[in-house]
Amino acid sequence: MRQQNLIVIGNGMVGHHFLEQLAESGQADGFHVTVLGEERHIAYDRVHLSEYFQGKSADDLAFSTADQYAQWGFELRLNTAATAIDREAHTITLDSGETLPYDKLVLATGSYPFVPPIEGNDREDCLVYRTLDDLDAIREAASRSNTGVVVGGGLLGLEAANALRELDLDTAVVEFAPRLMPVQVDEEGGGILREKIEELGVQVLTGRVTQRIEAGTNARHQMVFQDDRLLETDLVVFSAGIRPRDELARDAGLTMGERGGVVIDDHCRTSDPDVLAIGEVALWNDSIFGLVGPGYQMAKAALDTLTGGDRAFTGADMSTKLKLMGVDVGAIGDAHGNQNPGARFYRYTNGIAQEYRKLVVSADGKQLLGAMLVGDNSYYDTLLQYALNGLELPDNPESLILPASEGGAPALGVDALPETAGICSCHNVTKGDIVQYVHDGYTSVGDVKAATKAGTGCGGCAGQLKEIVDHEMAALGMEVDNSVCEHFQYTRQELEHIIRVEGIHDFHTLLKNHGHGLGCDICKPAVASILASTWNEYVLNPEHVGLQDTNDTFLANMQKDGTFSVVPRVAGGEITPDKLITLGEVAKEFELYTKITGGQRVDLFGAKLNDLPSIWQRLVDAGFETGHAYGKALRTVKSCVGSTWCRYGVQDSVQLAIDLEHRYKGIRAPHKIKFGVSGCTRECAEAQSKDFGVIATENGWNLYVAGNGGMRPRHADLFAQDLDTDSLIRFVDRFMMLYIRTADRLQRTARWLENLEGGLDYVYDVVVNDSLGIAEDLDNQMARLIENYQCEWKTTLEDPEKLKRFRQMINDDGDDPYVVTVEEREQPRPATAEEKLERIPAVSV
Amino acid sequence: MTQQNEWTHVGSKADLVPGAGIGARVGDRQVAIFHIPELEQSLFAVDNYCPISGVNIIARGIVGDIQGEPVVATPLYKKHFSLLDGRCLEDDSHRLRTYAVHLDGDQLQLAPQDQGQGAAA
Repeated sequence: MRQQNLIVIGNGMVGHHFLEQLAESGQADGFHVTVLGEERHIAYDRVHLSEYFQGKSADDLAFSTADQYAQWGFELRLNTAATAIDREAHTITLDSGETLPYDKLVLATGSYPFVPPIEGNDREDCLVYRTLDDLDAIREAASRSNTGVVVGGGLLGLEAANALRELDLDTAVVEFAPRLMPVQVDEEGGGILREKIEELGVQVLTGRVTQRIEAGTNARHQMVFQDDRLLETDLVVFSAGIRPRDELARDAGLTMGERGGVVIDDHCRTSDPDVLAIGEVALWNDSIFGLVGPGYQMAKAALDTLTGGDRAFTGADMSTKLKLMGVDVGAIGDAHGNQNPGARFYRYTNGIAQEYRKLVVSADGKQLLGAMLVGDNSYYDTLLQYALNGLELPDNPESLILPASEGGAPALGVDALPETAGICSCHNVTKGDIVQYVHDGYTSVGDVKAATKAGTGCGGCAGQLKEIVDHEMAALGMEVDNSVCEHFQYTRQELEHIIRVEGIHDFHTLLKNHGHGLGCDICKPAVASILASTWNEYVLNPEHVGLQDTNDTFLANMQKDGTFSVVPRVAGGEITPDKLITLGEVAKEFELYTKITGGQRVDLFGAKLNDLPSIWQRLVDAGFETGHAYGKALRTVKSCVGSTWCRYGVQDSVQLAIDLEHRYKGIRAPHKIKFGVSGCTRECAEAQSKDFGVIATENGWNLYVAGNGGMRPRHADLFAQDLDTDSLIRFVDRFMMLYIRTADRLQRTARWLENLEGGLDYVYDVVVNDSLGIAEDLDNQMARLIENYQCEWKTTLEDPEKLKRFRQMINDDGDDPYVVTVEEREQPRPATAEEKLERIPAVSV
Repeated sequence: MTQQNEWTHVGSKADLVPGAGIGARVGDRQVAIFHIPELEQSLFAVDNYCPISGVNIIARGIVGDIQGEPVVATPLYKKHFSLLDGRCLEDDSHRLRTYAVHLDGDQLQLAPQDQGQGAAA
C-alpha cells in the first residue's frame, strides 16, 4: 500500500503530542510524515516555560530529540514555516519556495501573543512572552534595564511579571480590566490576589488603558494611560491574550470563526476533510481552547480520524489550577456562576490569611457547577471531582470550602470517585485506567506514571494519582509499604520524626514506646541508620551494636567467603605515593587481593575477621581513615584533575571534591550517597550519574541532583546554576538532610525524588526558598552531624572491649579454618566449593 | 529420646554481646551463641555454619523475631533461621543444629541437643 503523505504544520506541545501518539499507535507505517517547526527548537514544554529563567535549559524543556523523530521515521524540519496551502493541488509551499505534496494535512500552528494596537508598541524592548527566543530577548533586555512593565494581568501576564521580578527588575502589571485574572476570578477574589501580588513587590495597575508608548525621561519608555497618567519603564512585555495562528487556513479559504480560529468538527476536520486542525488554532463549538489538556484530546481525536479510530473531541473541561508567584489560584467549571441562571453561591473570605473561596451550586443545591479559589488550592481536587462527575453535594455544601477548624469537610476520598472520573486531564487518564494498571501489576506511582503518562503533563493530578494507586493496592491486599516491618506500624519517615522529635537515642526505647516484639533485620538497621543520621553516635556502642548489619558491625564489607574487604578513604581520589606504598605493604603482609574501585580508591579483599584490627592499626598509623564503604553513607566524591593540571578545567574540582568528602564523610543516610565533581563541562568525573553532581562553570558550580548508575540509571537533574561554593554547600546540606529525613529505607536519592510529591520543584522550594520554614533546622542538624564525625576505626582500636568482637571464635584465637584461597593472576581469590573439598580435610558440618 | 547434656565450657559471661551473636568452637564445629536479654530464656545456640552460603557466619546475623518466634537472619542472603529449632523459615530444606547453652555462674557452657527441642537453660 502506498504511504499517505502526512504533513504536520507546527511543532508545539499539541503537534508533538499528535506525533507521539501516532508513533505509539503502531500505525505510523501508513504515513510518510513531515513535520514543520517554525522555531529553531524542537517541541518544548511551554507550560513550564518560566523555568527557563530558573535554570532549566532548552534541552531540559524539550519533549524530544531529533534522534527520536528519526527513529519514529518522521522527517523533522525546524526553522521552516509554511507560507501557503494549495488545497486544489494538495500541496503546501514553504518559506524557502519549495512545495511539498500532501494527502492529509494537520494544522497545529498554535497561537501568537496578542499585542494591542497601541502607538509605540513596536519600540525597542517592547517584547512578548511566548517562545524560548522571546525569553532570551527578555533576558537580554532585562540585563540593560531597571524597570519592567507587563501589559496584561491574566495568567501569562502574571507569569511574565514573575519572570521580570526574578530578573531583578522593578516590575509593574498593567491590566485593562478592573481586576487581575478577570477570566478566572471575581472582584473579591481579584482583590485578594492583588494584595498577595503587591506584597511580592509587584506594582498592580488595574482598569488602565494604555494610549501610547513613547520615549521616557528617566527610563527608556513611558506609557501614557487614558487619563494621561504616566508610567516610566525600560522594558515592556505584552501578554494581553493569544490569537490563533490561522492565516494559512484563512488564505486557503477554509471556514473560519468570526473572531478567528479554524472551524473544526468533533473529528478535528476543517471544512476540507483532508485538512485537520488541533490545539489553539482550532475553533470548536465557537471556542478556542487555550490549555494543553484539551489540545492533547484534539490530537488523539485527529489521530483516530486519520487511522480509523473512534475517539472524538467533544469539548473539554477548562478548569485550571495554578500557582503564580507562590499564590494559588483555581477556577472550576462555571466559576463566575454566569452560565447557569438560578445558580446559588457560597463564599468564604479570610482577610488575614488572604484566602477566598466560592462555590457555585445548582438551584436545588445538589450539584456543584463551579468554584473559585484564591490563596489555597488544597480544596481543588475534591471540588473538581464533584463538578466533573456530578456527585451529589453534601447537605451543607459550604463545608467543602471551610477550613477544617470551622467544620470543613474532609477531602473527598478517592474511593468515592466513579471509575470514569477524569484524573489526568492532560493525558485523559481516568480513575478506571489507573485502577486497571494497578490490577495488571503496576504497583508503584512511578510505574503507573510511566505506563499511563498520568501526572506528566501539568502535574496537577500527582497527589490524586498517588492516592488512587495506594488505595487500590491496599484494596488488593498488597503492601503499600506503609510500615517498615511487623514490629513498627510506621513508615521510615514517621520513625525518623518520632526519633527526632521525642529525642530517642536507642532502639530499645523506640520499640518499647512505639513498636512491639524484638525487632528484626529490617527495622533494626533502618532504625540504626535513623539514629546515626539524627545523633551520629558511635555505631558500636552497646545499645547500637546489635542493630547493625554485619558490615557496619565489623566496619568492613563481608564477601561471599565470609572474609572482609577493607576500603580506606581516599578523599577525591587524591593519594600520596607514601600512602599508596602503605596500602601495598598492608596487602602483602595480610595476603589481600587488591582492586581499584569505581570510586577512585583501593579495595583490599580477603581480610580475615581476626586480622581486621591489625590491618586497620597499620592504616590508621599511616594516616588513613575509614572509608565507610560498609555503611549506607557517603561513599566517595569522584573528581577529575581539574584546573590545576587540565588545560580545559575552569575550577579546582579536586579541592572541592576533597572538601565535600570531608564535610559529609560518616553521615549515614537511607542508602549510600555518591558525589562527583567535574572541573569543566566535559564532565570527566561523570557527576551527572551521582546522587550529587557538581560541574564547574566559568562563574562557579552547577549542581545536579538525584542521578544514579546501577540497575536503573538516572541522569541527574540540574538543580541550580553558577553557584558560589558557599551556596553550593548550603543547598547540598539541605537537600541531603531532607532526603535523610523523608526517604524510605534503602531508597536512593533518584527513586526518592521520582516518588516525591511535587518532585524537584518542591525540593527546590524547600531548599532554596525555605517554603516549609525548616531550612535553619536542616542546617543545624547537618552542622551537628559534621561536628560529631569520628573515624569509627580509630575509636574502635582505642577500646579493647570493642576489639573482642573481632574474633571468629571466643575460645580459639585461630582463623576460621574453612576460609581457603587459591592464587589467580598472582593474587589470592576464594576457593570454589570443589577446590575447598580438595584442600580441607573431611569435616562434619 | 533423651540425652544427658554434657556441658562444654566455651567462655565467660563477659564474652556475650547483648542483642547479638558470638562464635565459639566445640570440637571441629563452630557454634553461634546469641544473647537476647528481653526474653526470659535469653541464650540460644545454633550452628555457626550457614548451609546456604557455605561459610561460618551465622553468629554475625541480626537477631529478632518473626511473629514472636526468635530468629537470626543470615548476613549474606538474608534468610531466617529459628533460634528455637534451627529450621529455615523460607526454605525447609535447610536446618541448623541447635545446642543447649547456659551460664553456670560466670561460665558459658554448651552441650549437644536433640533437634526440635527448646533449649534447656
